[in-house]
Amino acid sequence: MLEFQNITKIYESKNKQVVGVDNVSLKINKGDIFGIVGYSGAGKSSLLRCVNLLERPSNGKVLVDGIDLTQLSSSELRTARLKIGMIFQHFYLISQKTVGENIAFALRAAKTPKNEIHKRVKELLAMVGLTDKEDVFPAQLSGGQKQRVGIARALANNPSILLCDEATSALDPKTTLSILKLLKQINEKLGITIVLITHEMNVVKEICNRMAIMQDGKVIEEGAVYDIFAQPIKPLTQEFINSVVSFEIPDEILKDVKGQVIKLLFKGEVAGEGVISDTMQRFDVKGNFLHGTIEYIQERPLGIFVMELQGEKSTVDEAKKYMEQRGAVVEVVKHV
Amino acid sequence: MFDFPYFITMLPDIWKAFQETVVMIGIALAISIFIGLPLGVLLYVTDKGLFWENRFVKNIFGFAVNLVRSIPFIILLVALFPLTKILVGTTIGPVAASVSLSVAAIPYFARLVESSLRDIDKGVIEATIAVGATPWMIIKDVLLPEAKSTIIRGITLTVISLVAYSAMAGTIGGGGIGDLAIRFGYYRYDNTIMISTVVILIIFVQLIQLIGEQFAKSLDKR
Repeated sequence: MLEFQNITKIYESKNKQVVGVDNVSLKINKGDIFGIVGYSGAGKSSLLRCVNLLERPSNGKVLVDGIDLTQLSSSELRTARLKIGMIFQHFYLISQKTVGENIAFALRAAKTPKNEIHKRVKELLAMVGLTDKEDVFPAQLSGGQKQRVGIARALANNPSILLCDEATSALDPKTTLSILKLLKQINEKLGITIVLITHEMNVVKEICNRMAIMQDGKVIEEGAVYDIFAQPIKPLTQEFINSVVSFEIPDEILKDVKGQVIKLLFKGEVAGEGVISDTMQRFDVKGNFLHGTIEYIQERPLGIFVMELQGEKSTVDEAKKYMEQRGAVVEVVKHV
Repeated sequence: MFDFPYFITMLPDIWKAFQETVVMIGIALAISIFIGLPLGVLLYVTDKGLFWENRFVKNIFGFAVNLVRSIPFIILLVALFPLTKILVGTTIGPVAASVSLSVAAIPYFARLVESSLRDIDKGVIEATIAVGATPWMIIKDVLLPEAKSTIIRGITLTVISLVAYSAMAGTIGGGGIGDLAIRFGYYRYDNTIMISTVVILIIFVQLIQLIGEQFAKSLDKR
């Protein structure tokens, strides 16, 4: 388990202080894929770098499996870092060493016996799908392949945590997806806790189970990805969610709508129960879809529909009540 | 102007002078790499934000390096005569000259090494720190390999500077090509020797540059 306790990071410059991370406390459970989302400058990168103390927090504790890393001596910290893998947006491989040597470097840092290194390098390359690239230099690889080498290096010493610092931000959408798939596989197969920071909501939606949103150094919202996607509370969170699932209806359309416009939210199984069609049959209302989708987050369906309801006001109200009884969350977007 | 038969008769002298130049440059280069390389690494890793950050050490060595570099070579040469005498036993000849050449070349090369290391992406160093590598591993397996090509170019530059310095050293008893050029070309108005030495030096420097550059390129895997 990874725990941040009241982490504050202040950057001192000439004559002013800049607060990078502002009193953040977070618990990340073993096996989580935890996404930290925010715009650049929100402090997410600083927070992540506090985990392996690439940056020392000005205040607060980082507990990795109960051990406070800030209290360790430099050699103890090195040993602790062996168990915390990290990958980067720009990969940061040693350009003058082959793929195999780059991975072997991490193994040598852990004082792996010489005769075991090569075998382990082969294993790791197989795991990331680069078996034939052992003797190639990083410059000859594509971005996605470089990140795979980065992942192999990070996993070399069987870490319990993998930190991903904008790991897919320099990659194209297709490569991003393949890297995310690999990360998910690693999480499932090896049980490694993954903490990733990103400004791309897609990444979170794709693989994270829990997430936090950061703004101005603070965590403003935190929870299960599914719940946050279903009902984001803070405006910034809504903004991020809108970047992947948007329900904006053009004013032109809204202007011409005669009935009441409602937004329906179906979580989990409710999404598949045909609540809307039942309602239409039971009540004398006319429904007209304006927008809608069913998203699958963490393999759970999340149905969101925007529709216009036409009919007697009392009937419309009854219909809404019925849908609420059936488990839908009803929100009025526009009254008649 | 150029007396070819005379040139032929002077060939043994020219050859001897050339050998002396090579000896003093060779010794000075070996010493400046041996001391300048670690010194350059030290200057870099004790800098702000690096793993052996140490202002005190950085300032002391930085000051020493700047001190030597600010003294004009011809003055350094004379000022170091007592040291040369202690180390070599004489102040005459190419080996004696190599003492002051080394002293001049060490800080020069150290600064070149430092700036080569500065060109390495800090992220790469950080990534290896995150992996749990020891400082020694980072120096040996990250800093030096990553800067290898630019350090080779630094060696090329150092050799070329040494060629220039060696000519100066020659004038005050160091021997070598510079000595020959001054004695014959300047004091005796001997154009043949003057032209030959200049041509030899031009070819020599071009060759060093060419070989150094090829070598640096062949090592770079980027």
